[in-house]
Amino acid sequence: MNLLEALPIAMLGALLGLDVVSFPQAMVSRPIVAATLAGAFIGHPPAGLLIGVVLELIALDTLPFGASRYPEWGSAGVVGGALFAAQPPGAPGALPASLLAALLTASISGWSMVVLRRTIATRLERTRDSIEMGSRDALMGLHLSGMTLDLLRGALVTTLGMIVFSSLVRAIVAVWGSDSAPSRAVVVVVAAIVAGGALWKVFHSVRHVLWFFLGGLVVSMVLMATT
Amino acid sequence: MTNPTPSAFSLPLRIKLAMYMRLLAVQGSWNYETLMGTGIGFAMEPALRCLPGGLNGPAYRAALARESRYFNAHPYLAGVAVGALTRAELDGVDPVRIERFRTALAGPLGSVGDRLVWASWLPFCSLIALCVYGAGGSPLEVVGTFLLLYNLGHFSLRAWGLQVGLSRGLNVASALGNPILRRGPQYIGSAAALVSGLALPLALQRVVGPGRVLAGGIIVAALIGILLLARLRERAEGWRIALGVLAIFVLYSVLT
Repeated sequence: MNLLEALPIAMLGALLGLDVVSFPQAMVSRPIVAATLAGAFIGHPPAGLLIGVVLELIALDTLPFGASRYPEWGSAGVVGGALFAAQPPGAPGALPASLLAALLTASISGWSMVVLRRTIATRLERTRDSIEMGSRDALMGLHLSGMTLDLLRGALVTTLGMIVFSSLVRAIVAVWGSDSAPSRAVVVVVAAIVAGGALWKVFHSVRHVLWFFLGGLVVSMVLMATT
Repeated sequence: MTNPTPSAFSLPLRIKLAMYMRLLAVQGSWNYETLMGTGIGFAMEPALRCLPGGLNGPAYRAALARESRYFNAHPYLAGVAVGALTRAELDGVDPVRIERFRTALAGPLGSVGDRLVWASWLPFCSLIALCVYGAGGSPLEVVGTFLLLYNLGHFSLRAWGLQVGLSRGLNVASALGNPILRRGPQYIGSAAALVSGLALPLALQRVVGPGRVLAGGIIVAALIGILLLARLRERAEGWRIALGVLAIFVLYSVLT
């Protein structure tokens, strides 16, 4: 993938990267949305949705509490969705390879957010006197430049992710040695374990939580057995 | 003769709308020094122009500087602080009292918001979307359900926060005793537990595709893994484990 081909995806990654923290936090950056939109950009939304569901399960483990550091799923969802949707349908290695690329992108993108926050702090240091004097221009300048830098950050991470991982994923898919069913099963088991562990971490203090969970589980088993 | 400062109640609608829109970007300059502080100043700025002397007057500049200092809260509940502080500034409350109020408000707004939104509403909405997917929903249905449901709560909470802050001013603390804020996480948590039991197997089955034996095996393996991971609790980051396992699996599948 060259720079020109990556441009529309980069713009999507920029907008969704902005949504994570800066504006408007409407959770269009959640992987289930981001990957589906990226899949739609490539022309195959169901593929984007499929990897988006797997990423969403894993993303449940990293909810954005306070000032904690966490992977950034907006740009990662776009990269994962676009990469998976671009692979031949049914290719056994496509899902694990694209998912690995998305997780690596999420990790790198999370680090880029830390760099951005430090950059804004440096800029704040330079304008602190003006802001302490109540300068509207200084405050607006700092705020709008922070958002602009975040937009550029998302675009840069997505572009780099697409350029680096598109050829890598294609190469992995070409030499993939495992069968289709076990390949998908490994991905699903990993995602389910992470999601289950995450939900337990968040909801274990809820009264009768296991009974509620088991109630839902029984209903789903009945549905699965009858359909 | 100077114009009297308008009460926050009588703030023109366009100013309230401008504050609401700016609240959506309250974390635009989030940094490790002032955290959300500059964003609070940014969101209050349209209302501060109503202070005596207007834009760039001494009262405006002093208030803008004061409100742009260190502050932290949950972004969706920042409106409570923005509304209450705006009311206090427009009512001419003593700056020392405003500073004390700012300090006292930050902690509760953070913890209440984290429990209600990040630890309850967001995972609940994700699980509902996964349930729709597991039930065979199309991409538009899954994404649409998630975004509509989540943002119904999101945008309403922001609007409520700004409104309650503007109307109660420094007496806003009692609003944090709202039943939705206090008991909401418990009820949403119960609902989320029920939905997770329903959503996870259905979604996993759809991802895996046809094959009842394989789906059954996956669910059993996942349940065992969840029990093991739950025992580790805070000591393990699940997504890092996923990254490691996937990297090993990809390497294995490429080399064999």
